[in-house]
Amino acid sequence: MNEAYAIPAVAAVVLVTVLIGGFGLRISRTTSDFYVASRTVGPSLNAAAISGEYLSAASFLGVAGLVLVYGPDMLWYPVGYTAGYLVLLVFVAAPLRRSGAYTLPDFAEGRLESRQVRTVVSVLVVGVGWLYLVPQLQGAGLTLQILTGAPRWLGGALVAAVVVLAVAAGGMRSITFVQAFQYWLKLTALLVPAFFLLLAWHRDGGAPPAFPAVPDLPASGAGAGQPIATSRADHPLYATYGLIVATFLGTMGLPHVVVRFYTSPHGRAARRTTVFVLALIGFFYLLPPLYGWLGRLYAPELTHTPDADAAVLLLPGRAVGGLGGDLLGALVAGGAFAAFLSTASGLTMAVAGVLSQDVLPARGVRHFRLATVLAMTVPLGGTLLVSAVPVADAVGMAFAVSASSFCPLLVLGIWWRRLTPPGALAGLLLGGGSALAAVTLTFAEVVRSGWLHTLLAWPAVWSVPVGFLAMILVSLATPGSIPPHTSATMTRLHLPESLTVRQTAAAAEGGSTSPPGTKSTPSGTSTPSGTSTPSGTSFPGSTSSTGSTSTREGR
Amino acid sequence: MHRLPRHRTQWEIDEQTTLGAAYVRSLMRSQLRAGIAAFAVLALPVVTLPLFFAALRNATVVWVVLGFGCYPLLVLIAWWYVRRAERNERDFARLVRGTDPPGTP
Repeated sequence: MNEAYAIPAVAAVVLVTVLIGGFGLRISRTTSDFYVASRTVGPSLNAAAISGEYLSAASFLGVAGLVLVYGPDMLWYPVGYTAGYLVLLVFVAAPLRRSGAYTLPDFAEGRLESRQVRTVVSVLVVGVGWLYLVPQLQGAGLTLQILTGAPRWLGGALVAAVVVLAVAAGGMRSITFVQAFQYWLKLTALLVPAFFLLLAWHRDGGAPPAFPAVPDLPASGAGAGQPIATSRADHPLYATYGLIVATFLGTMGLPHVVVRFYTSPHGRAARRTTVFVLALIGFFYLLPPLYGWLGRLYAPELTHTPDADAAVLLLPGRAVGGLGGDLLGALVAGGAFAAFLSTASGLTMAVAGVLSQDVLPARGVRHFRLATVLAMTVPLGGTLLVSAVPVADAVGMAFAVSASSFCPLLVLGIWWRRLTPPGALAGLLLGGGSALAAVTLTFAEVVRSGWLHTLLAWPAVWSVPVGFLAMILVSLATPGSIPPHTSATMTRLHLPESLTVRQTAAAAEGGSTSPPGTKSTPSGTSTPSGTSTPSGTSFPGSTSSTGSTSTREGR
Repeated sequence: MHRLPRHRTQWEIDEQTTLGAAYVRSLMRSQLRAGIAAFAVLALPVVTLPLFFAALRNATVVWVVLGFGCYPLLVLIAWWYVRRAERNERDFARLVRGTDPPGTP
């Protein structure tokens, strides 16, 4: 690949991202309320923003790499990433928007009225966020290495630095335009080269690539120790189901996904937005498998290296070649960096928000910045430790933890009145905790073969039922601790806004009434009206009047 | 009661009377039914497809179904669900407004 074009492309993406972020910051400062302003954004633009944040390194590079090595069975990854939004739509989208919760800990505390549950959810959010950040940084390292030959850690460090600077400066607030721009950039970066790749493929004779029935695993070399591949080879059907359960049920709990839902003006728009998101993401996912398919023809040697994720980056140069190949390669590289930046900044915001509010002792701008650094340092360290896991597989593990902890919490919390704080705690700790432990053991390569190894590498099949069962059984055993305001909370979650518009002016302006336990403490870098903080540390809609009301009445 | 519409239009719901709670429960039930129906339409093929693919051993079918065919279907299910959920809410709003206690503003 020709560095002369690729490096400017990457630099341009980074620069444009920071510039739009800074520009949006200025707009949001002059608007009376940033979040009210963003509520005027229609579902289509909002959906592009959600999709832009969601399509990560795993989607952009990982899917094609896995398809190239393991064949069409890996298509369950993009299907699962997409279908997760459908599950989110039918069970969670509108009630989550109506809850007024900006983060998962907010939702947990608002629904269950328990600080303890909030703390456990916070810890899990940080864990899932870090698990999800590691592959983003890995992907960045791989991309930069292929572009310039730089050492593997440099790309991760570069993305980490840009994200920390942008988020800490406040320039990467949940700005709809940046993320929407990133979606269209990523789509273009795969769509345009795909067109030329197909032309080149047709010119070369148009023979379909041959995928062996049994994927030839990297038996030797750097990829051999890769823990997930061996488990997949041992029990492919179980691995497929593990992947399906994790991605279908895990999407709803991803920290950066939940934050985005508050930008919808009301529950109905949240639903419609999700349909747009499904369409946009589904359209995008038509492309990565094509790269994997063509990669089998033009870059078959990648199957024997641990760097199959590089297929998308290498293909334009291999298939098209010449100046055109270089330019298309630069476009793809730019798109890849857009993927790392958008997802990493969304995740860093979510993790830093939770860290600054629930973990670090004091609040305020300085501590939010400290939390940002902390939120990025840990996954950056993790990147150096685990380097052999393909990005899509590593992301799959974050989905598994989310599916076994947050999915039961959200689904039962929204639809089941008898959920109690002890029940929620039991489900989170047993389901999420066991999934987290399984993932950690897999990364540490404690067990290397056999059924136990497979069970640990794909925990969702057993840990999701464990989470649900623990939550239900312990809740039934502790009927005395049903939160006192459950009925009112349920009403708020499910009542359409058309029936609740006649409220006090303040509440109406905020879009929803504020749940119990709302902290009106402005933390992080608060927007002028104090309605919300970009760090996700307080409920939007908790204007000082409603906030104080709920503090007085809720506790 | 706190955190609820304070105007008297949806008096039963606002004051959390038994009747109001029953209204909300009926809305939740209809919405949950819609959600479970959509989820079932998604889950049934998804649970059986891996077994089907394993038995079939035809990669082309897998490519077509998972690579292209499923995405329009997902959007279609989502669209159907949204229509039904919004209809449920409209029906509910009509029901609540129609049973306003006399004398409400």
